[in-house]
Amino acid sequence: MDTPFIPGPQQRKAQAIFSQAIEILITAVVKAMGYSAIVFVIMIFYFLMSEGIAAVGEVPLSVLFSARWYPIEGYYGILPLIGGSLLVTVGATLFAVPIGLATAIYISEIAPRWMREVLKPIIEILAGLPSVVLGFIGIIALAPQLRVLLDLPTGLTALAGSILLGLIAIPTIVSVAEDALDSVPRSYRDAALAIGATRWQTIMRVTLPAARSGVLTGVMLGVGRAIGETMTVMMVTGNAPVMVRSLSAILMPTRTMTATIAAEMGEVAKGSVHYHVLFLIGVILFLISLIVNIIASAMVFRVKKRAERILS
Amino acid sequence: MLKTRHWIILILVGLLITACVPSSPSADTPVGDTANAQIEVKGSDTMVNLALAWAEAYQKENGNISISITGGGSGTGIAALLNNTVDIANASRRIKQEEIDQALSLGIEPYELIVASDAIAVIVNTSNPINHLTLQQVSDIYQGKYSNWQELGGEDRPIVRVSRETNSGTHVYFLETVLRLSNPENKSFFDPTTLLLPSSEGIIAEVRDNPNAIGYDGLGYVTPEVKVLGIKTNPESPIVFPSIDSVTQGTYAIARDLYVYTNGEPQDAIKAYLAWILSPAGQSIITDLGFVAITP
Repeated sequence: MDTPFIPGPQQRKAQAIFSQAIEILITAVVKAMGYSAIVFVIMIFYFLMSEGIAAVGEVPLSVLFSARWYPIEGYYGILPLIGGSLLVTVGATLFAVPIGLATAIYISEIAPRWMREVLKPIIEILAGLPSVVLGFIGIIALAPQLRVLLDLPTGLTALAGSILLGLIAIPTIVSVAEDALDSVPRSYRDAALAIGATRWQTIMRVTLPAARSGVLTGVMLGVGRAIGETMTVMMVTGNAPVMVRSLSAILMPTRTMTATIAAEMGEVAKGSVHYHVLFLIGVILFLISLIVNIIASAMVFRVKKRAERILS
Repeated sequence: MLKTRHWIILILVGLLITACVPSSPSADTPVGDTANAQIEVKGSDTMVNLALAWAEAYQKENGNISISITGGGSGTGIAALLNNTVDIANASRRIKQEEIDQALSLGIEPYELIVASDAIAVIVNTSNPINHLTLQQVSDIYQGKYSNWQELGGEDRPIVRVSRETNSGTHVYFLETVLRLSNPENKSFFDPTTLLLPSSEGIIAEVRDNPNAIGYDGLGYVTPEVKVLGIKTNPESPIVFPSIDSVTQGTYAIARDLYVYTNGEPQDAIKAYLAWILSPAGQSIITDLGFVAITP
């Protein structure tokens, strides 16, 4: 009754075929999962396009590319919104990249081990802060302070949005860049130090260039996070659709594409012109983040090729 | 073997936990009750507190009816009615002709009912020395014709204009009645630097903290932390402050009706609810919240 089952040659063959079938099946499933991401992106883009493209026919291009956004009376100028989004994102990048990179370098290269164990979780907590909480802090604490400090008419400005979006982007930049720096082989640093380079020279000339592709990915992911963020900017930037004409616009209220969609999508009747224009803004937002991603991967690719050339 | 045992323990623990949770209150309602109704209300943020107070009082009297209220703005409420996702849309402005056309094309017939009136207060920071403005001055401020409080006899400070978002009925009403001085030919706009804030609370917060700011909001939302300005309809007319009395007497210039819309003439539970709102019981709640009742 308890005698172990000994497979004969026939069974062994059947078993081999069976496990091969399983193998093929699993490969197919995994492949389908992998492709599903592409399918989802294409489906989302198709949906955005199908709802948004109608706006191009309904609204004359001269109106679409004008400077007035006042949808309840048929003024659909999207230039102030694009300008607002770019302004806030560039501001956030300028704020987040130096701080994020410096933090990553400190954690990976300089900080003692115990400090590292403390810093990393704290930065991850910052990443977990809900954006509405950040926005709330922005309204209550940051905006009034900015107004008094910089003697502005109001604190609800693109600058307030940039700072808070920077805070949102920093954890992404730090954790991806830190991982990249950390994976640079120890021998690189040892070699640099052995030929007499200082610690600073080692970081700037050896470690950082070697980790460049990972660092760039971190920066781009951070920028991507910032450009798509909605709640915080809606709460602190004042939402005034002002045309961005100079750099001083950073000290004025502005209205981003994301905040516009969030604030107005609820009000529109399905299928109206306004509804289509909001989807068109979604398409533009999608294209902008696509371009950011393409630039990022192109840069990473080029850097890699150069690194391979040097090493060979 | 061990794994199976773990699963069994897990399931037992899960059962224990679910057994501890009290059964949901809905199970207590008697079976076979005929008038169990669910009413969905959405719309004007100005009216949200009012709608909540009405719903609460009405549900206390009629336990079998459940009313859910959400805000979002008058435009949002009307859009929801058009998309057929709510039973009642609250609006602090009258439905627009385009919206009626759109509704009809979607097979919805908006039915209008005026349920209350409201004054819109023009507010500034408490440190602002200005106490009153004419309607024309408020209009010019919001159009961007004045940029410094000095030009209006105040301190040397830039003017920061604060408004509700465009989906707010208060925004549309203010545009038509104040900015354009009720003149349909007038096509002036809000100055583009006007801050468009998503909530009444946001407006109060900015005006409270910023000595440069001017804002407007329904009287029911104004707190003592901001200063309410008196309004003169013409330069010669008396200064009138918004209050229930000045709205009832018709002397305060920036007052409006508050509406509810339903799809077609209301029926059954909705009809009973709206009738109750117009009854003395419903109207007395209005006055408690700083709005103005319509039935004398």
